[in-house]
Amino acid sequence: MTCPDYKGLMMGYLDNELDEHQKKMFTEHLDQCPDCKKELAEFKDLKQLADEVALTEPTDELWQHYWKNIYNRFERTLGWLLVSVAAIILLIYGGFRLIEEIIQDPTVDIVLKVGLVALIGGLAILFVSVLRERLYLRKKDPYKDIRR
Amino acid sequence: MNSPCTTELAAIKQCRNGSRKAFEVIVNRYMKDAYFIALGYVGNRQDALDLSQEAFFKAYRKLDTLSADNKFFPWFYQILKNQCFSHLRKFKNKKTQSLDGAEEPIVIEDEKHSFDPEMIAERNEAKDRLWQAIGQLDEKHREVIILRHFQNFSYDQIAQTLLYSKGTVMSRLYYARKKLRELLDDKKGGLL
Repeated sequence: MTCPDYKGLMMGYLDNELDEHQKKMFTEHLDQCPDCKKELAEFKDLKQLADEVALTEPTDELWQHYWKNIYNRFERTLGWLLVSVAAIILLIYGGFRLIEEIIQDPTVDIVLKVGLVALIGGLAILFVSVLRERLYLRKKDPYKDIRR
Repeated sequence: MNSPCTTELAAIKQCRNGSRKAFEVIVNRYMKDAYFIALGYVGNRQDALDLSQEAFFKAYRKLDTLSADNKFFPWFYQILKNQCFSHLRKFKNKKTQSLDGAEEPIVIEDEKHSFDPEMIAERNEAKDRLWQAIGQLDEKHREVIILRHFQNFSYDQIAQTLLYSKGTVMSRLYYARKKLRELLDDKKGGLL
């Protein structure tokens, strides 16, 4: 084994994660290699520094409310879902009734009626087209599970 | 008496059937790990809390993608990590990486040094530099440092969580610590 092969073992030695055989192998190498000995001493200083810094434990209150905050997300998601569905239904219904009234109203100019129908038709085509494209991409996208 | 693993498996099974109460068991078991890992990544308590809770929320919604052979925590860790790094990227674009900024993780000193004012001052400065240096590590190096030093995970636990071999964990730790040392040495006057 060459020096670079012992680098992983050096970490294991430092963190006391080696078995007896690995420990023996590494200490034998250490006796013959001043470079690794020096590097190990430097890593020991770094480890000591990192070990002396500990993250503060938050208050018990935080842990007591932890689940409640997650549960609130479930409730709010359901709430927003219902609000969104209701808003879409009401908008479609209201829009449909409004258009129906305009088209059936004999006092409204025919040009406005044709324009309105064309606008709705165009929006419907665009919606279906975008929706179809999205669904197709979702199925075929090879990178969909890759984190961007 | 049921072992923690049996309890976890049973809880996951119940969660799949829509039980949120069962998910509470899982959350209570891992919330501290999740919070502290997020704190190590993003560097402030409020974001760590939000991100870890959001990760649990996402995990619940995606539970059907966790295969029966896989353990919950390594799978959950990937969600949490993605959540944290995605937050850091957004934050970096807006402002600067939080670990580089003024708001550093709230840390305490080891009690055995608390009686020595000079040591405290030295360690406070060292602590600041250490956090700044950790903030400059890339993702794959930062995660092993956080799991090893701030979660006190064993190599086996790190390997299970990151889905690496133990050899890869040792190698990653070597390069992560080496990079950390270089970053600390580059800082004013050197640290070590």
